[in-house]
Amino acid sequence: MASTAPQTVSAAPVGPSLFQRMKLRDLVLIPVIILVLIIGSFVSSSFLLPENLLNVLQQSSELSILVIAQSLILICGKFDLSLESTVGLAPMFAAWLMISDTYIGGSGLGISGFAGIAVLFAVGLVVGTINGLLVVKLKLNAFITTLAMLILLRGMTLGITNGQTLFDLPEEFLYLGTAKWFGVPCSIWIAGLLFLFFGLMMRYHRIGRAIYAIGGNAEAARVAGIPVERITIGVFIVGSLLAALAGLLLTGRIASVMSGQGQNMIFYVFAAAVIGGISLNGGQGRMIGALTGVLLLGLLQNVLTLSGIAAFWIDACYGAIILLALIITRLSGDAPRE
Amino acid sequence: MAAVGVADTREQSPALAAEARGIVKRFGPVEVLHDVAIEVPVGDARALVGRNGAGKSTLVGLLTGIYGPNAGEIRLGGKPAPSLGDRQAWRERVACVYQRWMVIPHLTVGENLFLNNHPRGALGRVDWRRLRDQAMAALKEWDLDVSPDLEAWRLTVEQRQIVEIARALLQGSRFIILDEPTAELERKEVNRLFDRIRALQASGVTFLYISHHLEEIYEICRTVTVMRDGRVVANAQLQDFPKDRLVAAMVGDASVVKREARPAAVDGKAAPGLELKGLGVAGTFECIDLKVAAGECVGLAGLAGSGKDAVAEAVAGLLKPDSGTIEIHGRPAPAGDVEAMRAAGIGYVARDRHVRGLFPLLSVGDNLTTTVMDRFGPAGFVSPARQAEMVRRQIDTMGIVASSGEQPIRELSGGNQQKAMVGRALASDPKVLVLAAPTQGVDIASKEALYDIIDKAKQRGMAVLVVSDDLDELTICDRVEVIFRGRLTRSFASGWKDHDMVAAIEGLY
Repeated sequence: MASTAPQTVSAAPVGPSLFQRMKLRDLVLIPVIILVLIIGSFVSSSFLLPENLLNVLQQSSELSILVIAQSLILICGKFDLSLESTVGLAPMFAAWLMISDTYIGGSGLGISGFAGIAVLFAVGLVVGTINGLLVVKLKLNAFITTLAMLILLRGMTLGITNGQTLFDLPEEFLYLGTAKWFGVPCSIWIAGLLFLFFGLMMRYHRIGRAIYAIGGNAEAARVAGIPVERITIGVFIVGSLLAALAGLLLTGRIASVMSGQGQNMIFYVFAAAVIGGISLNGGQGRMIGALTGVLLLGLLQNVLTLSGIAAFWIDACYGAIILLALIITRLSGDAPRE
Repeated sequence: MAAVGVADTREQSPALAAEARGIVKRFGPVEVLHDVAIEVPVGDARALVGRNGAGKSTLVGLLTGIYGPNAGEIRLGGKPAPSLGDRQAWRERVACVYQRWMVIPHLTVGENLFLNNHPRGALGRVDWRRLRDQAMAALKEWDLDVSPDLEAWRLTVEQRQIVEIARALLQGSRFIILDEPTAELERKEVNRLFDRIRALQASGVTFLYISHHLEEIYEICRTVTVMRDGRVVANAQLQDFPKDRLVAAMVGDASVVKREARPAAVDGKAAPGLELKGLGVAGTFECIDLKVAAGECVGLAGLAGSGKDAVAEAVAGLLKPDSGTIEIHGRPAPAGDVEAMRAAGIGYVARDRHVRGLFPLLSVGDNLTTTVMDRFGPAGFVSPARQAEMVRRQIDTMGIVASSGEQPIRELSGGNQQKAMVGRALASDPKVLVLAAPTQGVDIASKEALYDIIDKAKQRGMAVLVVSDDLDELTICDRVEVIFRGRLTRSFASGWKDHDMVAAIEGLY
């Protein structure tokens, strides 16, 4: 029995305004972010300087691209733990092919920087396709499949170079991670545009609406003629391509590929997505919410670093604050998560 | 002496298995039960009827301790109801068998029977051997031919219900609520269930029985409580309460319209709207030849598992036929592809909206327009204004009661959800409308509304195929074809007798 008394539809053809459509849940983190900004300004006088804030945004840009990827996959009702290992493997494999000096760990092939970027995205494409086929066609459990994939790819990253860090990469390969457009690092532009693009797509494109439908009730989606398998595999592929892009930006920013690149990022990806309102059960959540989740985590990390807390305790504080954020979002009227 | 007199009347009145007085229940600001009272004497078989939204489920929730009332008192077995947290105490007093599965699928039947009530051995360890023996004894008593070691998900619907009832009795409960227990059962299974209910009733077990099938209520219940708009509007002995009065009590002032079969205006020369030629899917059905003219409504009747739902799925493109063809207005249709079949003119409403139809998290509007998302803008982009425009029109024509197109569909009543499912099928302007059990689990008023919608579709020249085993749904058809074990066996023109139809469906001829 419906617990709410239904009312007849009013005849007035007034659609809800944009502001009304942005549900409270998507904005609940904004006061928290403002609070962190205020606390940050007390902690350190340099916190609110534009350079510092841009720095925070740039450091969050790779994380935020991964959060977009994971949000797509979560809304579709699946999981991908292997995203963080793609962040390592894709640029590592490309770097290995690009470096001609075998002494410092290269392959000796010396392909160009542009070819390297192509290889990087090809790795993402292959990883995403394999994940998608295993989960959708073989119907393996997404959690354990992508966990195995995570271990496998991480091991391959180490194996290619015997654990070495690769330097001396072509400029084209580093460009996106280092360049600035209009005085703002271009990785920030990219992350921002991707949020805009995927946010709009999820709301205003039939494929986005289909992803919500699949995550909410895959069987009903199949009956309604939505190509469930194709879209789900596609979502895995797009997720891995985004992870490869994040790897490219990260590599550019630190001008090298480390064997452990991307390690542990997946935990923060999940934390940001879930704090931002993306449901682990699929079918629920919005990109704008995920964005606030990423911003909150990035600002927190910065404040903690500036506050002079002993470096070894920063992670513990970080974890505690994530828990606190979850409790706040739950108390602010979020539906219980099962 | 007055006090003694009071005591006397108490003793004379029968003991009550369940009693509720002055119950008020609010969800948020909305009051859904207003001063509700019900008394169920021990050993009674009480029917609880009412349209969707009348408050039946809420009352059941209160009687089973799922939530507490805002005002009023509930007594079970003569004692005040236990506190909400004390699940064990509730379980000992009352049990509810729901439509959905409440057994734990990957535990054995034996363990499900003794859930949280395992026979214990020394040091509190679970005594598996004793559990098995006791489960075996219970299953034997119930004539249930399954092993206690079977995992529960392998049970049929009928077996599962019996396990749930048996569990309730093993937990000590003598008051059992059955919420639409026959929705998924075949006639033979229903009879067996009723035999069991009668036997239990004779041994003093009390039943509260919720169903939309009014015939069943007359068959199995002695008394009836009718609810409407959150109030109890009638309490009666069923033998002095004929069906038309019962329906009148459920519907209230709104007059009950008797359906009249409107003859189809069929053009004999034109190619039929839908034609199946020798259609077959290996192991499911074979050699199905069926014609549905434009503007005609044909019923396809059969038992669960007779192949009738598979025929519907084949027409919808969900199943690829192994043999035969499907033609729409004389043109062969691309079988085995839902999207292509829709483009060719098929609109399909699947059986069981909860599993196969609804997107519970999405809005009414998104649910209505799922299949036509490509119409609201270029390159697959969805213009909210254009979508809302269409949604508003659909809500209007389908008569869906919702606060707006943005309201999540899970908040609507079952009848309105089902109207939305039919609305989705009609959204793509189909030439052929295929409906599987379109009024299942829907209140009487919504049923009428859905029949009207089907009628209008007919008049607009659609070929309508209703796949069902509900006699009421089949009455609206101009013609009914019966499928038995995968083959068409009989054909009825409208005006058939219930008895003949049931016999044909059951394969008795």
